[in-house]
Amino acid sequence: MRYEAVIGLEVHAELLTRSKMFCSCAVVDSTSAAPNTAVCPVCAGMPGVLPVVNRQAVEYALRVALALDCEVAQTSLFARKNYFYPDLPKGYQISQYEYPLAERGRLVVDTISGERTIRIRRVHLEEDTGKLTHVNDGQPRSLVDLNRAGVPLLEIVSEPDMHSLEEVRAYATSLRSILRALGVNSGDMEKGVIRFEANVSIRPEGSAQLGTRVEIKNLNSFRAMERAIAYELERQAAILDQGKEVAQETLGWSESEGRTYSQRSKEEAHDYRYFPEPDLPPLVVDADWLERVAAEMPELPRARQQRFMNNYALAAVDARLLAEEAETAAFYEAAVAAGAAPRLAANYLLGEVFAWMNASGEPFSALRITPSSFAGLIQMLESGQVNQNTAKAVLAEMLRDGREAAEIIAASGLQQVSDADVITALVARVLEENPAEVESYLNGKETLANWFFGQVMRAAAGRANPQILRRELARQLGNLKR
Amino acid sequence: MSANNLHELSLAQALAGLQRGDFSSRELTDACLARIDGLETRVHAFITLTPDLARQQADQADAVRARAKKTGEALPPLLGLPVAVKDVLCTRGVRTTCGSRILENFVPPFNATAVQRALDAGMVLLGKTNNDEFAMGSSTENSAYGPTRNPWDLARVPGGSSGGSAAAVAARMTPAAFGSDTGGSVRQPASYCGISGIKPTYGRVSRYGLVAYGSSLDSVGLFARSAEDLSLVFSQIAGYDERDATTLDLPVPSYDLPQAPDLNGVRIGVPKEYFIAGMQAEVEACVRQAIEQLQALGAQVREISLPHTEYALPVYYLIAPAEASANLARYDGIRYGLSEESETMLELYRRTRGAGFGSEVKRRIMLGTYALSAGYYDAYYGQAQKVRTLIKRDFEQAFEQVDAIACPVAPSTAFKLGEHADDPLAMYLEDVFTLPINLGGVPGLAFPAGFDRQGLPVGMQLLGGHFNEAVLFRIAHAYQMVTDWHTRAPAL
Ligand SMILES: [Zn+2]
Repeated sequence: MRYEAVIGLEVHAELLTRSKMFCSCAVVDSTSAAPNTAVCPVCAGMPGVLPVVNRQAVEYALRVALALDCEVAQTSLFARKNYFYPDLPKGYQISQYEYPLAERGRLVVDTISGERTIRIRRVHLEEDTGKLTHVNDGQPRSLVDLNRAGVPLLEIVSEPDMHSLEEVRAYATSLRSILRALGVNSGDMEKGVIRFEANVSIRPEGSAQLGTRVEIKNLNSFRAMERAIAYELERQAAILDQGKEVAQETLGWSESEGRTYSQRSKEEAHDYRYFPEPDLPPLVVDADWLERVAAEMPELPRARQQRFMNNYALAAVDARLLAEEAETAAFYEAAVAAGAAPRLAANYLLGEVFAWMNASGEPFSALRITPSSFAGLIQMLESGQVNQNTAKAVLAEMLRDGREAAEIIAASGLQQVSDADVITALVARVLEENPAEVESYLNGKETLANWFFGQVMRAAAGRANPQILRRELARQLGNLKR
Repeated sequence: MSANNLHELSLAQALAGLQRGDFSSRELTDACLARIDGLETRVHAFITLTPDLARQQADQADAVRARAKKTGEALPPLLGLPVAVKDVLCTRGVRTTCGSRILENFVPPFNATAVQRALDAGMVLLGKTNNDEFAMGSSTENSAYGPTRNPWDLARVPGGSSGGSAAAVAARMTPAAFGSDTGGSVRQPASYCGISGIKPTYGRVSRYGLVAYGSSLDSVGLFARSAEDLSLVFSQIAGYDERDATTLDLPVPSYDLPQAPDLNGVRIGVPKEYFIAGMQAEVEACVRQAIEQLQALGAQVREISLPHTEYALPVYYLIAPAEASANLARYDGIRYGLSEESETMLELYRRTRGAGFGSEVKRRIMLGTYALSAGYYDAYYGQAQKVRTLIKRDFEQAFEQVDAIACPVAPSTAFKLGEHADDPLAMYLEDVFTLPINLGGVPGLAFPAGFDRQGLPVGMQLLGGHFNEAVLFRIAHAYQMVTDWHTRAPAL
């Protein structure tokens, strides 16, 4: 039987605030900082301590809520989620439950088969837990690091609106690029700053009824998420094919074994005994605050893509690639502003510059070229001072040592030959030196025109202006025909 | 007054004496420490004494005062006055047990905000006083460190949960002490011990560093021998704290008290629901008499109704344990406090909490966990919150008509040790007149209003509107200007 996948994602994103969610400890890179160095009585859950909400975290969360077209609650509530675990110092996590910060949003993503709208169920704030490291140096032990405990975490929950891995991928990557564009998350997956949970079910194609869903926890990379969902879709299809039923349960994902495994069944599901956090008054986001956040919102990748398509007549795919990262987009626009022809600049940026970054492994921020030097080269190319080959060679040098295009060209004599007299003489010489080919051409083998073109260009060491050359060659061959 | 009975001075008297230079803070502190030394084996008001720290702080206070004589610098307002602190308030470098085995060796790295403010105001820490474990109880019998005894009758309880602080003030071991009040834990022991005690408006005094029991009900309170003494310390500890998001950023008045006992224009309501069948007749008589006295001082007295009073007890015993069940989850043997070595994580939790908590704490954790459980939340915790709103509204409506409410603190005077040991419900009933005030979040001030035939103190309480502690000080002070119940000391 053919099945339709029904997939929803919960995305947990750490917020890049200076301090933690409820105390003044610094947010540090929990993969590199020495254990338990960013910890105070509050985030260590000492007796008598109280949480105080980090306003920056709320603002970051509001940015995301606005970017996802959510309705922001004027009043939301923090709640305690109760469970015991050594990485949870208070024995409860401060989260939001009944009254989240924002609800009912949407994210439009591009897939091969067109635009898809994924509805967002809710966006809420909570605190991260600490980290456990299991060691066994003769005696198995678990070590607790509380550096991450209390780091602001944003939970973004989608509706089960995704029906293929491609849609899940598009949603997750698009969300990641929005978080980065908003400056609220580094997107650094290796550091665990974005983590996923997926709920997955399948149903016979055409059926309106939802199948039994499972929840896959702790998916810490795009790859793990995709593999786990793919595995789960296959597993569930096999079960249904055998006429059996999928069990409602919470699953883990084993990266090494490449399979999901049962963590707990529906019957063993935790009762988190949520109740409103008495230590925190309701979180009030008034219209003024929301307006201020909205006014400070950076442009989002998708809006920027649309603008690039409209303003610079770029193809959708080019516009998307350029618009995705704020840094790239800013470079591109600065170059255009400095006089670079928009489409030519886009081609060179996406082609040569991206290829160079891929090859060198250097990030965009490490580029030695400036928008104006890049624009200078594009202008020379457009005006015919250099041809494509020369431009590429020059750009490679610019990327290597940061010199200006004009300087490189002048130093190496790479200027394009646009002087009509020089080109006229070169064409005449090539025709003179190749009488047999001229004869064949005049007898009807017109494709030889391209061969003559190549010969002249070679004689000009590749620097002849191709338009002038083509015109001149056509003129002289025409003369011979008469 | 000779140097060896300086402990008999009230806080205001001691402050005046220090300011006049009649004696030093060191002498005052030594007198208190000597008094504690002489009585502690019988009263057992303290869990931890800090005599060295106290003397050091007293010497420093004396040095500051001596220096100020030359420089003319302003002095901290309570410089050199001793204070005791209930052992549920964190004290930097001084162990804070909460009356529990589970925190037997816990030494906080910070001071509770209220304690810090008292220290900043110049006060001298004598030690940490006994209390029911995690403030859960009404007799101080639930302390893992043994019960405190009532200075008026050592066979009786001092009330609770702040029994150690109340007993210490009543026994003249200290002129003032910190308590905490979640359901009556300051006012009831103040009443049983014949002293004055204030439970502030929720949000008036920072809870930062107060080890949480029922977070939406907890408040940091004070004991002293008079309303005036209370007001002196209260003005120093009250006010907004950026570390407690539930404190309000409102100005704290100076609480200057009038020179004359004049209550003209003050409207006092007497809630009929607070005089119930079965309460000790002498308690009702004393309270009624005190109300007449207030009337004689010019107050307009009228009967009012707080119709949802009877629901306060069940509502409290759902909300407080529910919050406690989460608040006490952090005692897991992993980061601090008792840790029972175990093979597995679950075993560690079970053994540590099994050994560390006493039976009343376990009872309330169980109650609260149940009240929050899936399928029961709406019927218990959710419903309790709705009824709590009605109780709050009772107070709001009452304070549209009156400036203060006068009523008894507890249905009876101090009971005997062990009297309610096997009957938690009877123990819970001790708080029937104090719980509603915590649910309403309003302030309450308890003070002595007479004695019963056995010579045990009878207390009454005044309640005010939100953030109107000032009216409570004013009324109680006027009453204490014309009565002397508050100056009577137990014969020890
Ligand atoms: Zn911290």
